[in-house]
Amino acid sequence: MAGIAVSTTINGDITEYLCQPDETLLDVLRDRLGLTGAKEGCGTGDCGACSIILDNRLVCSCLVLGAEAEGRRIETVEGMAHGDQLHTLQQKFLEHAALQCGICTPGFLIAAKDLLAKNPDPSEEEIRFGLAGNLCRCTGYDKIVRAVQDAAIVMKGA
Amino acid sequence: MRYIRPLSIEDAVGQLAGSAGTAAILAGGSDLLVRMKRGFVEPDLIVDIKSIAGLSDIRETADGFSIGAAVPCAVLGENAALKKAWPGVVEAAKLIGSKQVQGRCTITGNLCNASPAADSVPALVAAGAKAVIAGPSGKRTIAVEAVPTGPGKTSLAKGEIIEAILLGKRSPRSGDAYLRFIPRTEMDIAVVSAGVNLTIDEHGVVTAARVALGAAAPTVLLVEEAAEALIGRKLDEAALERLAKVCAGACRPIDDKRGTIEFRRKVAGVLARRAATTAYARAGGK
Repeated sequence: MAGIAVSTTINGDITEYLCQPDETLLDVLRDRLGLTGAKEGCGTGDCGACSIILDNRLVCSCLVLGAEAEGRRIETVEGMAHGDQLHTLQQKFLEHAALQCGICTPGFLIAAKDLLAKNPDPSEEEIRFGLAGNLCRCTGYDKIVRAVQDAAIVMKGA
Repeated sequence: MRYIRPLSIEDAVGQLAGSAGTAAILAGGSDLLVRMKRGFVEPDLIVDIKSIAGLSDIRETADGFSIGAAVPCAVLGENAALKKAWPGVVEAAKLIGSKQVQGRCTITGNLCNASPAADSVPALVAAGAKAVIAGPSGKRTIAVEAVPTGPGKTSLAKGEIIEAILLGKRSPRSGDAYLRFIPRTEMDIAVVSAGVNLTIDEHGVVTAARVALGAAAPTVLLVEEAAEALIGRKLDEAALERLAKVCAGACRPIDDKRGTIEFRRKVAGVLARRAATTAYARAGGK
């Protein structure tokens, strides 16, 4: 079946794909483009595991149609590390053991990246509030919050 | 299923009016895509309105503000002038969903989704907001409370699109506020809610008021009697008591897992009181 031709920018690269009208951007990323960082937890915008940044806004890619991405700019977790060099947030998540099963982690990383881009010096409350759209059933959140706090300190100094 | 992204409101209206089968308007998609995912709706046509000029803008006009139908709620919170003029509307819009949802959801969508528990709607009704509707026979402007007619149902005819929500220019000494009750601290659907908008004179006497309740009836309620309880008085204990009583009496809520009828009635009054107190303080009343 033919599809809708979409040209978009993903992690700085111009990317073209065909998708069906009812196909979500999450499905396009995972199934057509092989970018499996974003996860499907709920598929209804409640868990944040599919978080991406779309034109500078944090969104759930399960609530965006693939067709909507035409001409827009997408950032996914795959764009965070540079080669073998992890993003500070990724490094701090490792150091603080801020993950267990890992399903929610890409969403948290992207949400935390968006948070720190807009608020480089967040309070603990602001971090908890800013990441409240991401659910984690393993860690109890404390380690994630500490990792983000630590990353913020490092990133401010950079 | 077809997906189209018209560039003009006329084209969007024409496509919707001419469509056979189910057509859906897509702005933020935070309701539509969930309904599609769950199989509640399978549109034959999706009309994405985000490329229509002006629909993604907040404009400050001589008459107040015009908020385009595709403006995400996150953008409302970043507009200092809007926040200053209508803090109650903005705080209500900011309560919808997570940060991820805020980046997509719109107040027009919240209105058209027609949930009795929609957070932004009581605040918009209290604010006297209007909806500008484009349709096959031209444009019309109606009060927002005339849009939802019941849970999930609106008065919009085939081919009609709300293109903007209008908020009036503020009179001096005016304030609005919105409060909801949820059992958690964030990210939940209102069990019951209240929006209050009022204007006072230089002595602190309320000269105009609008009170709206959410999740208290099949549609958001504009409670005129509650406004009358405030108008002509300072916001003293007697006025607040009367306001709470009238609001509790005006509710026609349902019993469900989130709250009983009795609880919703009681809390509607409490929230109206508190929202009125905040709105009064924002208007400069003491």
